[in-house]
Amino acid sequence: MSTVPVQAYLALALILFCIGLYGALTKRNTVIVLISIELMLNAVNINLVAFSKYGITPSITGQIFTLFVIAVAAAEVAVGIAILISLYRNKKSVNIDEMDAMKH
Amino acid sequence: MMENAWIIPLFPLLSFLFLILFGKRLKEASAYIGILFTLASLVYSLLVLVDRFSAPTYKAEGVWLTIGDVQLTAGFEVNQLNALMLVIVSLVSFLVHMYSKGYMQGDDRFPVFYAYLGLFTFAMLGLVISPNLLQTYFFWELVGLGSFLLIGFYFYKEEAKAAAKKAFIMTRIGDVGLLIGMILLFWQAGSFEYDEIFAAVEAGAISGTMITLTAILIFVGAVGKSGQFPLHTWLPDAMEGPTPVSALIHAATMVAAGVYLVAALFPLFAASETALMTIAVIGAFTAIFAASIGLVQKDIKRVLAYSTVSQLGYMMLALGSAGYVAGVFHLMTHAFFKALLFLAAGSVIHAVHTQNIEHMGGLWKKLRVTGPLFLIGTLAISGVPLFSGFFSKDEILIAAWAHGNTALFWLAVIAAFFTAFYMFRLFFMVFAGEARSDMKNVHESPSVMTLPMVVLGVLAVVAGYVNTPWFGTFLGDWLVEDNHALGHGHIEGPAWIMIVATAVSLLGIFLAWLMYGKRSLSRDWLTSRMPLSYNVLYNKYYIDEFYSLTVVNGAKFISSFLRFLEVFLVEGLVKSVTGVASALGKLGSKIHNGQIQTYGTVAFVGLAILVVIYAFTGGYLK
Repeated sequence: MSTVPVQAYLALALILFCIGLYGALTKRNTVIVLISIELMLNAVNINLVAFSKYGITPSITGQIFTLFVIAVAAAEVAVGIAILISLYRNKKSVNIDEMDAMKH
Repeated sequence: MMENAWIIPLFPLLSFLFLILFGKRLKEASAYIGILFTLASLVYSLLVLVDRFSAPTYKAEGVWLTIGDVQLTAGFEVNQLNALMLVIVSLVSFLVHMYSKGYMQGDDRFPVFYAYLGLFTFAMLGLVISPNLLQTYFFWELVGLGSFLLIGFYFYKEEAKAAAKKAFIMTRIGDVGLLIGMILLFWQAGSFEYDEIFAAVEAGAISGTMITLTAILIFVGAVGKSGQFPLHTWLPDAMEGPTPVSALIHAATMVAAGVYLVAALFPLFAASETALMTIAVIGAFTAIFAASIGLVQKDIKRVLAYSTVSQLGYMMLALGSAGYVAGVFHLMTHAFFKALLFLAAGSVIHAVHTQNIEHMGGLWKKLRVTGPLFLIGTLAISGVPLFSGFFSKDEILIAAWAHGNTALFWLAVIAAFFTAFYMFRLFFMVFAGEARSDMKNVHESPSVMTLPMVVLGVLAVVAGYVNTPWFGTFLGDWLVEDNHALGHGHIEGPAWIMIVATAVSLLGIFLAWLMYGKRSLSRDWLTSRMPLSYNVLYNKYYIDEFYSLTVVNGAKFISSFLRFLEVFLVEGLVKSVTGVASALGKLGSKIHNGQIQTYGTVAFVGLAILVVIYAFTGGYLK
C-alpha cells in the first residue's frame, strides 16, 4: 500500500482552510459564511488526524480531539442557524453586510 | 501736613472706585462725588504747599521688594516741584470736574466719565509725588491709560477710537525709550531713587557718555508724553475726546508729565551738555513747528492743541537751556491759561455746536462771560505784558539767550510772534465780525461752567506775579532753594529781550487784527500767493501721511511677511501633525463599521503580520 505523504494532508488542509477563510470573509450570504466556517474547522480536523498518524509522537488523542471538534461544530452550527433565523425574521434578509449591530 | 501727603492721590482713586461701583445708581449725582473728592485733594495740596514753604523736603519710603541685595522702595516725596505740581494738578482737575457737570450733562455715560476723570487725576497726582523712577513709571503708564480711556470716551465715533489708539501707541513708543533709560540708570547707579541717581551723577560714578545716553532715552519718553516732535501727532488728534478732558490733558496731566519728568530729573540732564542741547533743539523746533501749523488750522480745538505742542516746546527749550525755573514757571502759567482757553473753547462749542471757526463769528455780544475770559487766556498765551504768560515766556527767552543758544532764541521769538498771531486769529474769527444767521439760539453756559473759567481767568492774570523781574522772583528762589544742581532762581538777561518779546507779540496781534478783526488786509492775501506752503501747513507738514507711508507701511510689510511664514511654515507643520493624527483616527473609525467580516479581515491581517514577523525574527523582537 503506497502511503500518502503527510505533506499532501497538510496541503489539503491548507487549501481547505484558505477557501473557508476566503468564503467567511467575503460572501454576503450568511449561510455560505457559516458553511465556510465549517470548512475551516474541517481543515483543522484533517490536520489533527494527519498529525495523530504521522506526528513525531503518533497517538490517538488527535482523532479523539477531532470528534470533539465535530461535536462542537455541530452545536455551533445549530446555534448559528438559530440566530440567523431569528435575525431573518426581524430583518427579512440574510445578507451579512446588513448586520452591523456591533457598531452600536 | 506733609507726612500725610500720600493721601492726596487717594481721594481721586476713591472717587474712581466709588463711581465704578455705584455710578450707575447715582447717575448725574456722580458729579458731586467727583467734585467733592477732588476738592479734598485740592485743599490738602494747598495745605501741603503752604507747609512746604517753611519746612524742608519730606520723604517717606518703605521697602517694597527685596531682590538679592537690592531693595526696591515705594513711598512719596514732597519737594518744591512736587508740592507745586500737586496744587496745579489738583486745582485744574477740580475745576475740570466742576465744569464737566455742565458740559457733560445729559450724556449716557456721565458716571463713567467722572470715574475716568478720577483715575486720570489719581495717576497724575501719584506721578508727581513719586520719589523714584520705578514708581514714576507705574503712574506714567497709568496716566497713559487714563488718557486712552478719556480720549476714546466717545468710542462709537471712529475718529475717537482711532485717536485713542494713536495716543496710546505714540506715547508707548516714547515709553520704550524711558524704560530703557530707566534700566540703564538702574544698572549704572544701582537704584531707582532720584536722590541716589543724582548722588551717583555728582560723584562721577557714571561715565559721561552713559549720562548722555540715559538722559536722552528718558527724554524720548518725555517727547512721547509731552507731544514733542516727532511724536507730537497724537496730541492734536486727542481733541476727539470731550473738551474738559482736553483741558485736563493739555493743561495739567498728560502732557505736563513729560515736562515734569525732565524737571524732576533735571540734575541728570544738567550733567550732560549734549542732552541739554538735544532737549533745547527739539523744544525750540517743536515750538516753531507746531506754531506754524497752528496758523492755518480751522478747528478751534486743533488750534489750541497745536498751541499746546508749541508751548510745551517752549518749556523743553527752557529746560534744555538750563532754565529750570523758567520751564517749571511756564508749566504753571501755561496750565492755567491753557485750561482756561480749553474750557472757554468748550463753552463756545457748547453754545454753537460746531468746532469749525469759519462757522463762528460775532459771539462776543452773545457770550458775555466766555468772551472776555477767552480774551484773557489769549492775551496770556500771546505774552502780552502784565499777563502771566508774558513773565514766563520772558524767563524762557532770557534762559535761552543766557545759555548761548542764539539761534534757538530767535526761533523762540518767531514762535512767539506766530503764537500771538494765530491765537488772535482764533479770537477774532470766533468772537469778532458778524454773527452768522443760523446762530440765533446761542446761550451763555451755566454758572457751573463759567465759575471754573473765572477762577482760571484770575489765575491766568495773576499767576505770573509770583516770579517777575520787577517785584521779585519768589517762585524761582523757592524752587531752587538749597539745591545748587537746579541752577539759579533767576537768570539776569538784557532788558531788550523783554522789549523784543513784547514787540513781536503786539505785532502778531496787530497783524491778526488787520486780517481778521478790521479785515483791511485780505485773509487770502498770503494764502493765494503761497498756496503750496499753505497746503503744507494745513496738512501739518504731511507728518501723518509720512508716518503712514513709512512706519505704518513698513510695519504692514513686516507683518505680511511674518504672516506668510506663519501660514506656510508654522501652520503647515502644525497641520501636518494634526493631519496625520486625524487621518489615523479616521481610518480607525472606518474599520469600526459593525461588519463582522471587516473585523475578521483585520484580525487575519494582524495574524499574518505577526507570522511574517515571526518568520523573520524567529519569535523574538530584538
